Amino acid sequence: MTAAAAVRGDHATKPAVTLAVAQLRAVNPYRYRRYLNRAGLYASVIILISPAILFFFWMLSLSLKNEADNTAYPPVFIPHPPTLANFIDVFAKNDFLTYGINSVIVSFSATGLALLLGVPAGYGIAKTNATKAAVLILIARVTPGLSFLIPLFLMFQWLHMLGTLTPLVITHLVITVPIVVWIMIGYFEGLPVDLEEAALVDGCNIWQAFRYVAVPLARPGIMVGMILSFIFSWNNFIFGVVLAGRTTRTLPVAVYNVLTFEQISWGPLAAAALVVTAPVLLLTLLMQKEIVAGLTAGGVKGG
Amino acid sequence: MSATTAGMPVAPRVRPTGKRNYARRYWLFAMPAAMVVVAVILFPWLFTLVMSVNDWKVSGNVYFVGLGNYQHLFRDPRFLWAVARTLYFTTAAVIAPMLIGVWAAVCFASNFKFRGVARTIFIMPMMATPVAIALVWTMMFHPQLGVLNYLLSLAGLPPLSWVYNSTTVIPTLVMVETWQWTPLVMLIVLGGIASLPIDPYEAAVIDGANGWQMFRYITVPLVWPFIVVAAAMRIIDALKAFDTIFVITNGGPGTSSETINMLLYQTAFGYYDLGYASAMVVVFFVLILLVTGVLLRMRRWEHGI
Repeated sequence: MTAAAAVRGDHATKPAVTLAVAQLRAVNPYRYRRYLNRAGLYASVIILISPAILFFFWMLSLSLKNEADNTAYPPVFIPHPPTLANFIDVFAKNDFLTYGINSVIVSFSATGLALLLGVPAGYGIAKTNATKAAVLILIARVTPGLSFLIPLFLMFQWLHMLGTLTPLVITHLVITVPIVVWIMIGYFEGLPVDLEEAALVDGCNIWQAFRYVAVPLARPGIMVGMILSFIFSWNNFIFGVVLAGRTTRTLPVAVYNVLTFEQISWGPLAAAALVVTAPVLLLTLLMQKEIVAGLTAGGVKGG
Repeated sequence: MSATTAGMPVAPRVRPTGKRNYARRYWLFAMPAAMVVVAVILFPWLFTLVMSVNDWKVSGNVYFVGLGNYQHLFRDPRFLWAVARTLYFTTAAVIAPMLIGVWAAVCFASNFKFRGVARTIFIMPMMATPVAIALVWTMMFHPQLGVLNYLLSLAGLPPLSWVYNSTTVIPTLVMVETWQWTPLVMLIVLGGIASLPIDPYEAAVIDGANGWQMFRYITVPLVWPFIVVAAAMRIIDALKAFDTIFVITNGGPGTSSETINMLLYQTAFGYYDLGYASAMVVVFFVLILLVTGVLLRMRRWEHGI
């Protein structure tokens, strides 16, 4: 980001070119964007997005077909008539409601705690320019999820916490706290300091300046951190598969168990997969601007 | 600097201005998060180091074995094969998404109808729950009833055995990884392209450069720092890949897709050999840091620092 700004500086001062450019701008301001011609561009975009379209279409198709159509060859693409039997099956046979509630509890708690801890932390780090703290967060991003799990698994065993949701919430903090802190550092660094300084001069203490000035200004950033940490906590599988007991499974773990025990029936399997991922896909559709902004800010990804 | 002058009877209270006076107190904001980080990130690291020099089974006694686990590790062919497979998988699962991701970023940087919709569809694979998509891929890979072999037959190609064959399993997993994580590369590089200056392109147009030349000699050098960041992220994620491999093959057939992460899971939570698994974690972590370090050096080197 700063590198690109520096590069931009290099090119800003070339008088001979700028003169010619001024003439060019008058003719066609966006001509430089035409280096891909239109037809090629549309063809490229179609090639790029078709794997995603085909995949999600096939997922939906599998979940809406009866078993005979799902195992037919050649495959049936459009379900006729579509059936919701697979979805009913999933909820009736597998106690998916309990697992759904578990997932909601874990993801909401992990996200809420991450905001409580991470927003002030991002503020503190941004204010003190503590780059070392930021590096620590990057290292957390680099570490494989499994390596946290071995010692934490032992610890939870000693504390007799393995049958509860608490270990899941705590381990999910490994994902959510770095995401929130990382996004908030960037956001607080970009905020103008004038308002906070004015508040301090007027007699606020730094906590009040944070609470009543900086936090309201940073609301869009908090939103981005919240959405991303929720999604990556919801999607997490590895912590659940090790730490969850029979009644404390989260949805991804529950879906994986459907695979291992009922390998043959494709319809319910696809329906279960769709149920798990639907909330996240919906969130992506509704909040795509925030998600893109957050992901571009530093390639955040959990786990 | 300080207000403690001996001659003054009462030092006048200096109003705190600027950041300096507050620096220490701002640390208080980071304290709660720091405590959590110590508990769930730093403590596990240190504890892993301790465990790695012990023979530590879940049930049973703990014996100190010094570097025994490490010595064993470097003579364990299963581990060494896992390292080789991980590097093979990582190389392919970095190159493919980087090439497609940069191409996609160039496309999505242009203005066209439905760009927003197309971009949302394009990033869906990376937002979707990995376990869920892994399940659907598994069904698509089915040798007789899978839709992929049907599509191949439509194109007049012979059926593939996808993840059911030891030579095609890793390329197939790379394909899934590419499908899933190319969007992240695209987003990071797109962020870079969006911040580019207009001038060099205009100059190039005047000089009669064609599209490929502008891409090769303007876009790529200017966006290079972003490309390196994207590559670093991709390398880290490919080394750490777990969910899709675990669900689709669980290391199989045989051990032909057993990466370090798969073997690690098996050792720790299949055999409950926690000491040995911890040594593996330490070596794995060093490997990741080495690769990341080399990449960050490359980034500096490109800037001539």
